[in-house]
Amino acid sequence: MMHLYDIFFSPFTEFIFMRHALVACFALAIGCAPVGMLLILRRMSLMGDALSHAVLPGAALGYLASGLSLYAMTIGGIIVGLTVALLAGAVARVTALREDASFAALYLISLALGVLIISMRGSSVDLIHVLFGTILAVDNPALILVASITTVTLFSMALIYRPLIVECFDPGYLRSIGGYGAAMHFIFLVLVVLNLVAGFTALGTLMAVGMLMLPAASGNFWAKQFWSASLAAAIIAMVSSYAGLLFSFYMNFPSGPSIILTSGIFYVFSVVFGKHGSLFSRHKAGRHLTG
Amino acid sequence: MHQITLNNLTLGYEQHPAIHHLTGVFKAGSMTAIVGPNGSGKSTLLKGITGSLPPLGGSIDRGSLKTNQIAYLPQLMEIDRNFPISVLDVVILGLWRSIGMFGGMKKALWKKTDEALQTVGLAGFESRPISDLSGGQFQRVMFARMLLQESPVVVLDEPFTSIDSQTTLDLFEVIKRWHAENRTIIAVLHDFNQVRAYFPQTLLLARELIGWGETERILVDENLQRSRRMSEAWDESAPICLEDGE
Repeated sequence: MMHLYDIFFSPFTEFIFMRHALVACFALAIGCAPVGMLLILRRMSLMGDALSHAVLPGAALGYLASGLSLYAMTIGGIIVGLTVALLAGAVARVTALREDASFAALYLISLALGVLIISMRGSSVDLIHVLFGTILAVDNPALILVASITTVTLFSMALIYRPLIVECFDPGYLRSIGGYGAAMHFIFLVLVVLNLVAGFTALGTLMAVGMLMLPAASGNFWAKQFWSASLAAAIIAMVSSYAGLLFSFYMNFPSGPSIILTSGIFYVFSVVFGKHGSLFSRHKAGRHLTG
Repeated sequence: MHQITLNNLTLGYEQHPAIHHLTGVFKAGSMTAIVGPNGSGKSTLLKGITGSLPPLGGSIDRGSLKTNQIAYLPQLMEIDRNFPISVLDVVILGLWRSIGMFGGMKKALWKKTDEALQTVGLAGFESRPISDLSGGQFQRVMFARMLLQESPVVVLDEPFTSIDSQTTLDLFEVIKRWHAENRTIIAVLHDFNQVRAYFPQTLLLARELIGWGETERILVDENLQRSRRMSEAWDESAPICLEDGE
């Protein structure tokens, strides 16, 4: 028994950076689950991806200004992320270009700019840090930041839950009763950017969106209601974080890809064996209920 | 009581009229069917009445009625039926004006909700996800939601297209009840038998007014022939209409 305990728990009891990373990932998991679920329900899955790339120049500028300073990178990321989200939304409303296309255009510009900035001044090691995150970077301030963002996310979601849900299920109805659809959409975009930024210390800008989308996509196969599917997503994200961190600890792999790959395994499992709409549940041959 | 007056109303998209110079009154407590061929501007007119489409010309006078007091049932296809939400949660949205964005449910509201579900024959369906419902059952959910809205004006866009006869009969009972309660009812319908059976008033459209009045006077062969001759296509080079005298 002692041996199992050593394998599964001692990395976290012995090393403070492992504990920090685990708590940060748990906080991230809880905040990202409902946001990711809404991204899927609003058919904006790929937009989360686009936004995560768009955040890069902000993080890069912060990095250039003050090294691997968490706050500089975070503030830069938030500013650039929101700018891209707003500009893309504005272009889609004012011109004939659709929202997905205008997002794609702007994130590509933003991403190229970010890579250019980093390559101009930093080394490729820096680029790797910003893109993939580094587990050692999760210090106390980082932990507080992630936990704060999760808190803000959960409270905002609770506050605007009702109109947000109505807006994606029946936008016409929200309009007809005079709800604030556009305002809700904007608050939601802010939450997406915040959660992406929260993810990038531990996971890196490239992988942060993984925490948002993969658990949410898996959660959909296990529950049929928004809250229960979000809960499933949060649990999947937490288990993936724990397993991913252990994996990266023993194999000396970068933490970001390890965590995301672990949730990828959960995703594949959910696609095949999930309770609702999976390959397995759709092809249960020879059985039906009486009523 | 609220009546809705259309004054020389023109509605359309990108300057092309879908409805041209329509004038008339939906009296308070009246029950009017809007009929006409596809593309005759029926749904467009409903969008104008509910305030989601601003007029290109003329005006709509709703008196003291605000557009968010109008209960509006759009065509089924506009709603995401796979959304993970329960029947109860959808129906309760009808109480938006009482509970708003944050408010909770009080005992009296739960009772109203139960009654609404009972009325449309969905008692016991509360916790079902809407993705499990048939088209008819889903339309019952929409009617339950409108029951809770308690709006003085009810606007329905093809409520019974692809709905079976039993459901249609049940839901017509709800509409009759609204009519008895003196609410103003405006519905787009395709089935003339239903119109003749239930609707005292009819508005026959073919991008312009063909006839508006008592149903038996409007739904006659001569009018229907005229409505079929309507031109459906946009004329890209149409000159500016000067009838408004502006």
